[in-house]
Amino acid sequence: MTQRIFAYIIHKKGVVDDTALEMVSAAQRLGIDAPITAVVAGSGDELGTVCNAMAASYAEVWKIDDDALAYINAEVLRELLVRILPTDGIVLIPHEHFGMDLAPGLSVKLGAAYLPDAVDFEGIEDGYLKAVREEYSGQVNTHVLCDISQGAVVTVRPGIFKADESQALQGQIVDKSSEALEEGRTDARRRYIEIVEAEVGDVDITKSEILVSVGRGIEDEDNMEIIFDLAEAMGGDVSCSRPVVDAKWLEKSRQVGTSGQTVKPKVYLALGISGAFQHLGGIKGSPFIVAVNKNSKAPIFQSADIGVVADILDFVPELTDRINEMKG
Amino acid sequence: MEILVCIKRVPDTAENEIEVNRDGSDIERDDLVYSVNEWDNYAVEEAIQIRDKVGGSITVVSVGDEDAEEVLRREMAMGADKGILLSDNAFEGSDGEGVATILKAGIEKGNYDLILTGAQADDGAGQIGGMLAAMLDWPYASLVNIIDIVDDKTIKVGREIAGGNQEMNEMDLPCVLSIQTGINEPRYVGIRGIRKVASMEIPMLGVKDIELLSESVGKSGAKVKRLDYFVPELGEGAEILEGSTDEIIDKLTELLKAKGGIK
Amino acid sequence: MEPVLISPAKAIVFDMPAVIFSFLIPLTGVGIFTYIIALRLKPLVKAQPDPRMDDRIHRFFNMCKFAIGQYRQPRYLLAGIIHITLFAGFVILSLRSITLVLIGISDGYVLPGMSGAAGHIYHGLKEFAAMAVLAACIVAMFRRGILKPERYAVPPKYGKNHTWEAIFVLVLISGLVLCDMVFEGSHAAAHIRKGLKADMLIPGTGSWLSAILLTSASMNTLQHIHLGAYFFHELIFFFFLCFLPLGKHFHVITSLPNVFLMKMNKGTIKPVQWGIEDEELDQLESFGVKTFEDFTWKHMLDFYSCADCGRCSDNCPANAVGRPLSPRFISIKCRDYAFKAYPLHGLSTNSHNLIGSVLEEDEIWSCTTCGACEEECPLLIEYIDKIVDLRRGMVEDGIVPQSLQKPLRALEKRGNPYGIMEKKRIDWIKDLPEEINVKILKRKETADTLYFVDSISSYDDRIQEISRAAVKILHAAGIEFGMLGPNEMDSGHEVKRFGEEMLFQYLRDKNLNAIKNSRATRIITTDPHAYNALKNDYANLPPVEHISQTTLRAVTSGNIRLKPIEDPNKIYTYHDPCYLGRHNNIYDAPRELIDAIPGIKRIEMTQNCKDRSFCCGGGGLMLFYEPIEEKRMGQVRVEMAKTAGANIIITGCPFCMVNVEDAIKTSGLENEMGAIDLVELIERHME
Repeated sequence: MTQRIFAYIIHKKGVVDDTALEMVSAAQRLGIDAPITAVVAGSGDELGTVCNAMAASYAEVWKIDDDALAYINAEVLRELLVRILPTDGIVLIPHEHFGMDLAPGLSVKLGAAYLPDAVDFEGIEDGYLKAVREEYSGQVNTHVLCDISQGAVVTVRPGIFKADESQALQGQIVDKSSEALEEGRTDARRRYIEIVEAEVGDVDITKSEILVSVGRGIEDEDNMEIIFDLAEAMGGDVSCSRPVVDAKWLEKSRQVGTSGQTVKPKVYLALGISGAFQHLGGIKGSPFIVAVNKNSKAPIFQSADIGVVADILDFVPELTDRINEMKG
Repeated sequence: MEILVCIKRVPDTAENEIEVNRDGSDIERDDLVYSVNEWDNYAVEEAIQIRDKVGGSITVVSVGDEDAEEVLRREMAMGADKGILLSDNAFEGSDGEGVATILKAGIEKGNYDLILTGAQADDGAGQIGGMLAAMLDWPYASLVNIIDIVDDKTIKVGREIAGGNQEMNEMDLPCVLSIQTGINEPRYVGIRGIRKVASMEIPMLGVKDIELLSESVGKSGAKVKRLDYFVPELGEGAEILEGSTDEIIDKLTELLKAKGGIK
Repeated sequence: MEPVLISPAKAIVFDMPAVIFSFLIPLTGVGIFTYIIALRLKPLVKAQPDPRMDDRIHRFFNMCKFAIGQYRQPRYLLAGIIHITLFAGFVILSLRSITLVLIGISDGYVLPGMSGAAGHIYHGLKEFAAMAVLAACIVAMFRRGILKPERYAVPPKYGKNHTWEAIFVLVLISGLVLCDMVFEGSHAAAHIRKGLKADMLIPGTGSWLSAILLTSASMNTLQHIHLGAYFFHELIFFFFLCFLPLGKHFHVITSLPNVFLMKMNKGTIKPVQWGIEDEELDQLESFGVKTFEDFTWKHMLDFYSCADCGRCSDNCPANAVGRPLSPRFISIKCRDYAFKAYPLHGLSTNSHNLIGSVLEEDEIWSCTTCGACEEECPLLIEYIDKIVDLRRGMVEDGIVPQSLQKPLRALEKRGNPYGIMEKKRIDWIKDLPEEINVKILKRKETADTLYFVDSISSYDDRIQEISRAAVKILHAAGIEFGMLGPNEMDSGHEVKRFGEEMLFQYLRDKNLNAIKNSRATRIITTDPHAYNALKNDYANLPPVEHISQTTLRAVTSGNIRLKPIEDPNKIYTYHDPCYLGRHNNIYDAPRELIDAIPGIKRIEMTQNCKDRSFCCGGGGLMLFYEPIEEKRMGQVRVEMAKTAGANIIITGCPFCMVNVEDAIKTSGLENEMGAIDLVELIERHME
């Protein structure tokens, strides 16, 4: 009998996370020919909305509805999942902050293998799931073989698999709440209190995946707006080189470089940054650097992957418009 | 408060490219230098700050070969009170679950109120803390960047979630936390500090000492095995995009999308 | 003959013989003074050892030059002239003051040797000295009170300004000379009234003027004025004596010993603790300065000696760019602390950590150790050793900025601050022309001359160009040389100056061993930091020279011929690197070398060249640490060169190159200014 595949769906305030459809693609690459079940936990109407949305992309949707899951606490949810999931299932969970909270412990409780942060799957080989992982901050990749005979919990890196929007299923929504809650809940030993929103301007650029970084080429504080517009369009954060901080156009916490932050985003846009060595020191780990500078001899082009010789004041607004168009 | 911090000795890869050896069985280790995993260093600093505030003692523990003693000693120079090295040939080839199993067995030889791990290490897995907590059946929180000690039974922790926001939780002790970088500013440890703790004994415990079955850990117990290493393909040098602004933007948006630069 | 006026020694005041007061005032004054000095010495007794009694002849010479000769005073011309006047007047008038004290006890007392002609000459001298002092006081008061030169300002974070104290002391000094003038004048006026000849009245002097003004007064009034002026003088004199050790005028007492005890070996750093060998360092309980008592007694004396003249901070590049460091306030804050911790009444407080209370972390990390402050201080106060000692204390306590921890760890693991593999240390020689064969020295491969490259010149892409130019010059000069290659470690120059002594010693020992195995008999460096390390921080090495010296010899001897300047329209200026110039007095060789290029136009940044060179921003680990500042030092320096009229800055140090080039870029002056290393300039102009 083939093993069942489950995908844990992350959602917030009725909005499904991008990873929900990425899981569909990821599951298809497992090389296991089995329908995929979405697992959705939450409470109330929002949960219903999410389940309905998922029914279009997943063959089956398992719903766990409980007031205690209004804000999902991994410590509470894990116990409930253990009661409903088969011990030999393949459970896909996005490798983000919630997944990292939930997944390792879940694998232990299910007695399943734990395969963290997979970036690709290459099917089944001799009964083992063959996957690709990154090590050393992506400098080296590895193939791993995961014994799935007793089930596996697999976390999948967000943003790697293309969201599969092609499915047009009418998945069945199965309410698993009573099964999950049959034995009640043990008192949570970790209790959610609140979300403390980051203060405005208090962005930790070292954790950003997309950085739109601005340098002296911005010329004037009034022009900063075009940078923020682009960052918003791309879904990234704004960082800068030292002169911008010196000019007090941005706070020190956003400065990239040896005297500022060392950043490792997936994509780094260096706009009007000439590439002083102090700055380059802060982006060495960035896998994809795009430099836009009007000076074709700017040293930043030595370190960038892609270069555009242009004045950022002209180029950036056009780029922003295009991206916004693309996103509709 | 009795605090245990799990640390790992990892290659220091910051400034040097990691290369894969000829047959792809390992990375090229000849010219590597090793140090304590950066996240673990924050965890030890946090433990020191907690101890200095509320008292108690800190034990650092590492699963590894004899070389791991070096990082244990460094963290003791930093301020940890004791070090334990869990080392045995039978441990070799352990996967995450195996390491957590070994740590659990070691932990059961002691008596701890709080266990800290780094949020992740060189393999980027971020698995040990969560597995260990589940094995011990203790509560767990990952990516912790704030710890407030409420009393000897409860603590308040902040988890770093998306967008720089923080999820605040109250937790019962004992518990396991995985520590995110930036929670504090780790102190410097110089050669002098290390020399000062050079004569301190670091007990080395093996399978028998911690009462484990060899089969449950190591290669034989591993459900996840590394097959090979390979270098991901990367473009070389800066490719200057040419053409009209429109054409350039066409190419650029396409590239950005492919690299995950448009969310 | 009946004296015209009753002298202080014979007068009756308040129905008592005035001589009682003549005894009491000095006795009380000297008593209080002795008590205060004893208290001031108290911390010095608890302080760390500091042997300063070697080479006394040289020390005596320095004392004559710097303290008595006021050698550095004219570096600030007006202030210097005022101070020299006050100092010279003070010396001359001190004899008079002593005489006056004794006159109150023994009527008409004359110091031995002061009778007759010598006395007359002295009298004249003293009269003019008094006038000069008075004039200097007035100019000084005008300057301090009205003109208020910027360097005396006290930023709010350092407390209230010190103008009051300065003016108060000027008033006291003026009071002293005025009292004497009135004392003498009233005496002369009485003689004139009685129709007698007034002795020794020199027209134009203060005594003469006061005599003229007082001739209309009655004899009774004159008598009162005479005695009043005398005792007022006494009171001011002894009050002033006791006031000296309460503030910045302590330097009046401490400057002579402070200069005699000055640091004699520039460029070096004091050992962790004097008298403790490197091998014994592990036995030390604590490293560096954490509490006030961890300073050496000489460093405490430095604090007492600071005259608050502000010259150090006026020349401090860190202060100039708004970093949180002002050397002047290191001294003043520590002195204030000493006075508070060892109060004149009450118990001494327990020693507690200076960092975080008196001094701030960033303040101590802000120093580039450029030495401008020490070069300027008229009293030879040391700063670098204190900064390094404070850093040693912080390093031991783990208080090291995060941005510095990474390079320090890399130095420990890889022998360079970048953390790049050892084997890549000589990758830069791959781009050399084939005919140049570079030897990598080992036990079996030796050469007489060793080129010690150091980390930045080995690993930094831009600086490697300088290293390659150096190799080409050495080759052209026919010098057979080699390098240590992967066996070379960072010289540890900044490691030592950042307070990580044990790491420095580790690097040093590795290098010493490799150098010994190379059997080199001469070492050449391109990096002044490496030069200073090998010359002053290491011991028992063959002679070390900077490439500018080697190259100059090759040019002078004709081994290297230079062709005319490529672009005769460019105007060059030479930027003195701190560790070549100030720390090692190599100012001329680079200039002669530049001038050897036919047709080159070189100008000086006159206000900021040679020993007043302005630091580029610092080398070594400083590249990894940037404290809060308003602008970069390099930018200030580039601006100086631009103002001087230059468009190419010639550097002689890899770090200067990095900072200056970066500053040109960040100042947006790419089209107007350029930078080139001395070695590159010469290499480009070799025939």
